[in-house]
Amino acid sequence: MTETATDVKEMREIARALLAEGDVRVIIGWEAARRGARPVFVTDPAEADRLIFDARCVHNLVTYLNPRRDHVAELGKIGLIVKGCDVKAVAGLLREAQLTRDDVVLIGVRCGGVLEENEMPAAVTLTRDNVAPRCYGCDNREPTLFDHLVGEPQPEPPRPAQTIDERIAALEDRPLEERWAFWTEQFSKCVRCYACRQVCPLCVCERCVADKTRPRWIEPSPHARGNLSWNVTRALHLAGRCVGCGECERFCPVGIPLSLMNGKLQQIVAERYGYTVGDDPEQAAPIGDYRLDDEQEFIK
Amino acid sequence: MSDFEPRITAFVCNWCTYTGADLAGTSRLHMASNVRIIRLPCTGRIDPLFIVKAFERGADGVIVSGCHPADCHYTSGNYHARRRFAVFHDIMEFIGVDPRRMTFSWVSASEGAKWRDVVDEAVTNVRALGSFEAYRALAPVEDRKA
Repeated sequence: MTETATDVKEMREIARALLAEGDVRVIIGWEAARRGARPVFVTDPAEADRLIFDARCVHNLVTYLNPRRDHVAELGKIGLIVKGCDVKAVAGLLREAQLTRDDVVLIGVRCGGVLEENEMPAAVTLTRDNVAPRCYGCDNREPTLFDHLVGEPQPEPPRPAQTIDERIAALEDRPLEERWAFWTEQFSKCVRCYACRQVCPLCVCERCVADKTRPRWIEPSPHARGNLSWNVTRALHLAGRCVGCGECERFCPVGIPLSLMNGKLQQIVAERYGYTVGDDPEQAAPIGDYRLDDEQEFIK
Repeated sequence: MSDFEPRITAFVCNWCTYTGADLAGTSRLHMASNVRIIRLPCTGRIDPLFIVKAFERGADGVIVSGCHPADCHYTSGNYHARRRFAVFHDIMEFIGVDPRRMTFSWVSASEGAKWRDVVDEAVTNVRALGSFEAYRALAPVEDRKA
């Protein structure tokens, strides 16, 4: 890309003004690097031109607002560049009182999908073979939670060769024993690095249950049994909260298909409670809420 | 296999099911003796992790039981639990755990007979499914118990 796109120019102008006027102390966005886009912290208005936005900007930067990262909050007020999926995580933090709206200035970018593999020197056109599967069916190309919004309305991202829902359905068509074999095989690869937890914008516990030793709820050594406990617990703690940004799966060094687990959770809360995660902080989350007439077909 | 006796852990609410199970006992109802009861203040206190832990420690099946809707001693604990266990139930089925290993029920303090039925049905189901060897086989070798 030789010419700077208008949305990027607009984004840089906003970032520069926010920093120059002292509205924020740091802008967190993406910059171009040798191996593709990467997160960048810009504190000097003169450096606002480092900011970029294109299909390589896969990272969910909301992880920097996670209250566990108090060293980021120490920098001062944050200006954050967010895609439609990312801003749902901001809404999640606001919903759960982990953040107040005044803590952050949100620069929303209209996004038409990102790449699955972002490590390339320049952005390429999205196709069914390179699009991140999670972008299919994106319902937040027009975010509602922002202070500034840049870019033109975007088209729907291309349909990937196999969507996450299709992969889940394919798995569900297999008998129980095969599913058990599939997941225990996947979980047995886990090295318990907890990258999935560390990168998740919504894993907000100061002290994770996986780190507790009295009692030791989750066996810490990486063997299949403790790994199953960990992965089931991680998933359950995100039920009705996960925004599907896919960072856990992208960060997983051993390639556990966590998006299938998270996607299944989203399907469960959608089917049972009609809940789809959005970017409205006022929307009640399904777990922690209830209705008197909730389905209970599984209870005797 | 023929002498297989299922081990079943029951997590029950103090206010309803525990008293219901007590009533079943004092009424001298006959029921399977495979269930170990763990008494908790409310179904809302039962973290799904308890169930995972029970399987880890050798349970072949699990029962979770508490107050009927609208009867919760703490007003809404069972409603919260109902949602949590609905999600847990579905995700466990997704990863390949037979849902018949997990019995969820509402048993009030006066339903001794229902408790007996719940227990008998759970034991029958788990007996048919057999020991949950698949779970125990996940453990490191030195941890595996016969």
